[in-house]
Amino acid sequence: MSVIWAVLQKDLRVESRSKIVTSQVLPFALIVLILFGLALDADRAALRSFTPGLFWVTVLFASTLAVQRSVAVESETNAFEALRLTGAAAWQVFAGKACALAVQLLAVEAVLTLGVIIWYRSAIANPVLVVTAALAATIAIACAGSLYGVLAVGEGVRDTVLPLLLLPVLTPVLVAATRAFDDGINTAAVNGWSWTLLLGAFAAAYAVVGSLAYAVVMEDA
Amino acid sequence: MTHLGYLIAGWGITFAIIAGYSVAMLRRGRVIGARVPADRRRWMSTND
Amino acid sequence: MPEPVAANAPARSPEGHAGVGTGSTGTRILGGLVLVGLVVVFVLAFFVTEPDLVQKDIVRMLYVHVPIAVVTLYLSVAVMAVASLMVLWKRSMWWDTTAAAAAELGALFCGLMLVTGMIWGRPTWNTWWEWGDVRLMTSLVLFLMLIGYLAYRRMLVDPMARARRSAVLALVSSLNLILVNRSVEWWKNRTLHQESSLIEGKLEDLTLFTLFLAILVFVGLFAWLMIHRFRVGWLEYQSETAGLDIALAERRAQASVDVDEAVQHPKVEPGKQT
Repeated sequence: MSVIWAVLQKDLRVESRSKIVTSQVLPFALIVLILFGLALDADRAALRSFTPGLFWVTVLFASTLAVQRSVAVESETNAFEALRLTGAAAWQVFAGKACALAVQLLAVEAVLTLGVIIWYRSAIANPVLVVTAALAATIAIACAGSLYGVLAVGEGVRDTVLPLLLLPVLTPVLVAATRAFDDGINTAAVNGWSWTLLLGAFAAAYAVVGSLAYAVVMEDA
Repeated sequence: MTHLGYLIAGWGITFAIIAGYSVAMLRRGRVIGARVPADRRRWMSTND
Repeated sequence: MPEPVAANAPARSPEGHAGVGTGSTGTRILGGLVLVGLVVVFVLAFFVTEPDLVQKDIVRMLYVHVPIAVVTLYLSVAVMAVASLMVLWKRSMWWDTTAAAAAELGALFCGLMLVTGMIWGRPTWNTWWEWGDVRLMTSLVLFLMLIGYLAYRRMLVDPMARARRSAVLALVSSLNLILVNRSVEWWKNRTLHQESSLIEGKLEDLTLFTLFLAILVFVGLFAWLMIHRFRVGWLEYQSETAGLDIALAERRAQASVDVDEAVQHPKVEPGKQT
């Protein structure tokens, strides 16, 4: 537990000093929101009804950057090697990294929510559902992202491969989170809670698989 | 026969690609096989 | 019909003695059988079986589409997943080579499955593509996943690290396919895809026979391709490890040149990498 907490704290402290996520990833996400607005001709009805999908696509794009940053913090200083030498269990490192990533993504999502309310004129119909679904989806993205992020560093690996590997894997999360938000902001008549439950199952699956696989991939990172 | 264009396209693409891939793979096997030192050419060994 | 004539090429070639090419007596016999099988399937599919009452002649596309789908979705993915598991368990290059071969053939067949499916779907469903069809979406994600896996393999340098890491990638991605499949199923809760024509015995006997024969022949084709692709992969690994010392020395020399250049000309094109 202490390892998880230490890694989590360390990553958030690194972010509070470097401000990469706040000064680069977050503005990038907002730019994507604005680009969608321009591309869809600022059509009020279309933007509003597509809000759930556009929101989560934006989150996925932003998450690839956040994942790259989260891994670069370790790989640029050979910290994976150091972490291994301390004897910390790989799954604990994984959990710490994933938690820190989730916290940062949730912050980005909070600002993006404001963005869609202001620019897309969306209204949150069911705040509890929206928050729960976002939490589950974010944990799923953070767990899958932390695992794939480490796969995308190492000898010979270019980080341009990360979106190619990560985004197809996250398609089920995109589908489920979009549907859950459809209910939460009232753009389609679906049962958002059953989709949220599915998101929870995805999050659990990625957490378990990531914990098991992290030891193997950390070895060569 | 109905849909003849679709059928020619579907079957044609399938077998053209599989044939092209097979030829390329066999060629590659020869080129690379010649490059491997003689004592390592027994690709059936498992090296376990 | 264009056909893999190269199946017999090693036998005909005068310099094709054992050890250089990837052919052997077994693969030549198998290749010959597959070629004969393909001709038989072609004749049955186009000249013997009757057109479907509803689909008309486009049903003849299924004699190639369905076998490709079976080979892709069941054989290559299963072989890749099992081989990847074995890599992590046994740490063996043999299984790694198997996984890589299955993935490459999987990508090939998955691409063909999508193309033949779309060509069949256009006249049948009146659309090239249907969002929300479970099998279409699962196949598409599978295709992207295999492309990613193959791209990833090409980048890794150290053979053992490549084996381990791509095994993890393959396993996680294959498990993820289940999630993709389930989520798309829930997403639309309806599907255009023909679900039960095989099971309910709607098809005539001859049609069914042709379909099963086609599947059998394509399994043979997959096996033939798999053996050759495995041998190519194995030879690649051998030449890679045989030349490893030379390659390492070259790499080091290259790296030191780059460092020198970077030190001497710190402002040369920022995007340029080795």
